[in-house]
Amino acid sequence: MEETISFQLNGKQTEIKIDPTQTLLWVLRNDLGLTGTKFGCGIGFCGSCTVLLDNEPVRSCSISVGEVKGKSVVTIEGLAKDGELHPVQKAFVEHDALQCGFCTPGMIMNAAGLLIKNPSITRDEIKAGMEDNLCRCGAHIHIIDAVETAAKEMRGGK
Amino acid sequence: MKKEKSNTQVASGTTGRRGMERRDFFKLVGGGVVIFFLPRCSSDPVPVAEPGKRSLPKDYNAFLKIDEDGTVNCYTGKIEQGQGIIMSLVQIMADDLNVPMEKIKMVMGDTELCPWDGGTWGSMTIRSFGPNMRRAAAEAKGVLLELAANKLKVPATQLVVVDGVIFDPANPGKSVTYGELAKGKKIEKFLDVKPEVEDYSKFTFIGKSFKRNDAKIKVTGEAKYTGDLKLPGMLFARILRPKSLSGKLASVDYSEAEKVPGTTVVRDGELVGVLNANLVLAGRALEMVKAEYTYDEIKVDNKTIFEAMIKADTTADVETTAGDIEAGFKQCDKIIETEIHDPFLAHAFIEPHSALAQFENDKLTVWASSQTPYPLQDALAKHFSMPLNKVRVIVPFVGGGFGGKSKNQQAMEAAILAKVCGKPVMVTWTREEEFLYDNFHSAGVLKIKSGIDKSGLIKAWDYHAYFCGTRGSEIVYDVPNHKITAHYHKENTPQVHILDTGPWRAPNNNTNTLGRELQIDRLAAAAKMDPLEFRLKNLKDQRMIDTLKAAADLFGYVPSKKYPSGRGIGIAVGTDVGTLVAEIAEIEIDKKTGKVKVKRIVCAQDMGLCVNPHGATMQLEGCITMALGYTFSEEIRFEGGNIIDRNYDTYELPRFSWVPKIESIILQRMDQPPHGGGEPAIIAVGAVVGNAIFDATGARLFQMPYTPERVLEALKKG
Ligand code: FES
Ligand code: FES
Repeated sequence: MEETISFQLNGKQTEIKIDPTQTLLWVLRNDLGLTGTKFGCGIGFCGSCTVLLDNEPVRSCSISVGEVKGKSVVTIEGLAKDGELHPVQKAFVEHDALQCGFCTPGMIMNAAGLLIKNPSITRDEIKAGMEDNLCRCGAHIHIIDAVETAAKEMRGGK
Repeated sequence: MKKEKSNTQVASGTTGRRGMERRDFFKLVGGGVVIFFLPRCSSDPVPVAEPGKRSLPKDYNAFLKIDEDGTVNCYTGKIEQGQGIIMSLVQIMADDLNVPMEKIKMVMGDTELCPWDGGTWGSMTIRSFGPNMRRAAAEAKGVLLELAANKLKVPATQLVVVDGVIFDPANPGKSVTYGELAKGKKIEKFLDVKPEVEDYSKFTFIGKSFKRNDAKIKVTGEAKYTGDLKLPGMLFARILRPKSLSGKLASVDYSEAEKVPGTTVVRDGELVGVLNANLVLAGRALEMVKAEYTYDEIKVDNKTIFEAMIKADTTADVETTAGDIEAGFKQCDKIIETEIHDPFLAHAFIEPHSALAQFENDKLTVWASSQTPYPLQDALAKHFSMPLNKVRVIVPFVGGGFGGKSKNQQAMEAAILAKVCGKPVMVTWTREEEFLYDNFHSAGVLKIKSGIDKSGLIKAWDYHAYFCGTRGSEIVYDVPNHKITAHYHKENTPQVHILDTGPWRAPNNNTNTLGRELQIDRLAAAAKMDPLEFRLKNLKDQRMIDTLKAAADLFGYVPSKKYPSGRGIGIAVGTDVGTLVAEIAEIEIDKKTGKVKVKRIVCAQDMGLCVNPHGATMQLEGCITMALGYTFSEEIRFEGGNIIDRNYDTYELPRFSWVPKIESIILQRMDQPPHGGGEPAIIAVGAVVGNAIFDATGARLFQMPYTPERVLEALKKG
């Protein structure tokens, strides 16, 4: 049965009339036109569909749109503010932390979530926190470098 | 610069060129200066267009065009799948035309705008494309200089180009831009040249490091991959699949599925597609389809396949032979025999196969994640009996290919469903479909027998590769008596490889390099020599010696008095399409659990001229990281046609914690033509880790991957 779900999406109040059991990933991509969030596996094992739900990185392939009712969702499209890239995005460009780029939105969202929770994160903690995001092209080293740089920038260079 | 053949035709009347009329062509791309050229080496196994078959431009598979605003466009059927070739090609063009890099636009993988190309694979883009593109650029510059000489009334030899502006240094006021010269002109040149070695040392951009130029749109989610596209009225398709590979559809009942609101089910032979404007609903409707399949009984599984390959009645092609192998073995003091088993691997790129197909009027357009847009265009035209110029294939960004996006099955499915339902159809495979319909890395068996004399020189080498080809099996070392034999499936005998196989990053080279380098290591141990010293003793190829020494230096390798030394250090070298690699790794092994961790890996690579060292280093690191998968975890398990591993939960890809410290050195050879860089570093990782495990423990593993269970088993055997 369809119902009206309202939630914050990339900072904007959003309402959508939809069957609440539909998967968040597909609602974002197909109904709300936000295709930056990618499908990779559908079972929570690759991380390419990662979005922030109340600042917490979650796998949008594994939750329903009904579960975000009244909450705040941020996707890769909502990370840059007023045309200014988020520090993690900036660091990904600076470090060339991608090849094909398909895992990239999920990597960035997961990293952004890690940094919100723990701004003084260490390199080892970054590695552990990124562990469950898969990249087939092997951009791993650059991704860790980028997240470290972003963390530093967000701490004001310290 | 030596030209083999070049002829200028000013576009005025008709020419003998078949296919699209010239005025249609200029209508399509606008006026300007256009140079057609062939981006391939004569030695490359690139399929060439059948004569008269392709239209524009008949045989020239790329062209570059100077626009009236001075933009330099390069149209090519190659695609960008993460290798960063966009950037390297831009660097090459910028250098040869003396224009800023921002002025260069790459147009890739659109069959209507770009001329024919066989596909993007084999690290060929820079290797074969680069030198040809340079000649095209030189040709274009020549035309522009002539035009400028006329216009400025100064001899062409006196003119200089900086940033796309041609001027007379004696009189700098006399200048004209490329754009001004191209204005209102329609000039075509056809260029047929063979690549040759040239002096690359005087260039501004070539050989320097640049970052990717597509990063910004990839970090914002703006970059469009096929699955991100949407057309008005588009339906999503979910496709009915058998439970295992040999399934033949016996009966199907989709009456219940059609009750799901908005659902249409269409069938075309074996293909049953459930269509809905909402993908989730299409998926739910698919679950309601009742279908019966018949299955062939296939006995082989991932354990028995190796035995089956050896026992099969195969053809035996001797690919290389030298000296007298029997006489060679007679000179040997020690003879070692090794058998290696390498399993099927999945490509497992994160972007699933996707395609969007639309029939509009009498035209079919297909957007697809594909490494082979032109073969796809051919296949579609043939299937629907349509002329080629009515079929357009466009390749948006591709989320990884590695050889696995060449079959285009998903694109054919989307087109057939679109035709039947009369609406645009998007097909995006599920991860399960990816694993079922992949063209896997070949499983293979190697049988190697070789021997050394008393002084530690290899005297005989008898190498047999079963079902895995021989790419990378070159002997490399100086062995007077050797023979390399490839055993392939014999026609009209039962299929041994029941899974579909195809290219997988450096196809088969992982297997062959693994085989050779494990064997070399066993010989080193038999000779009681340090594995670096043993290799250097048996190498004569100076490029390989330099590469290996560079790796040893960077690693700080100290030869050991005994082998195994207990240090856990392994060495391996290899060659791939002209590029040489040498790797040295240090591992740590938990003897209780059998878990192996690579702590550090050093790689030296000689790829001839390296256009973009930064890009090449990224590719090298990517290769080593990807290789950790086939080394430690990746192996497709199957029983008959039933693929057991169907998602990342059991088919494990390398993760952040697996990645060692990677140090690399690219031996820049400005005097050599460029060779491939997208694959070579992947080939030696299995061997380097296997040899390091031996060095740590004295145990040898002959079956990939090195799972903890297999390591424990090998340790038990000692
Ligand atoms: S698609 Fe959600 S984790 Fe893979
Ligand atoms: S960049 Fe291709 S999967 Fe990560």
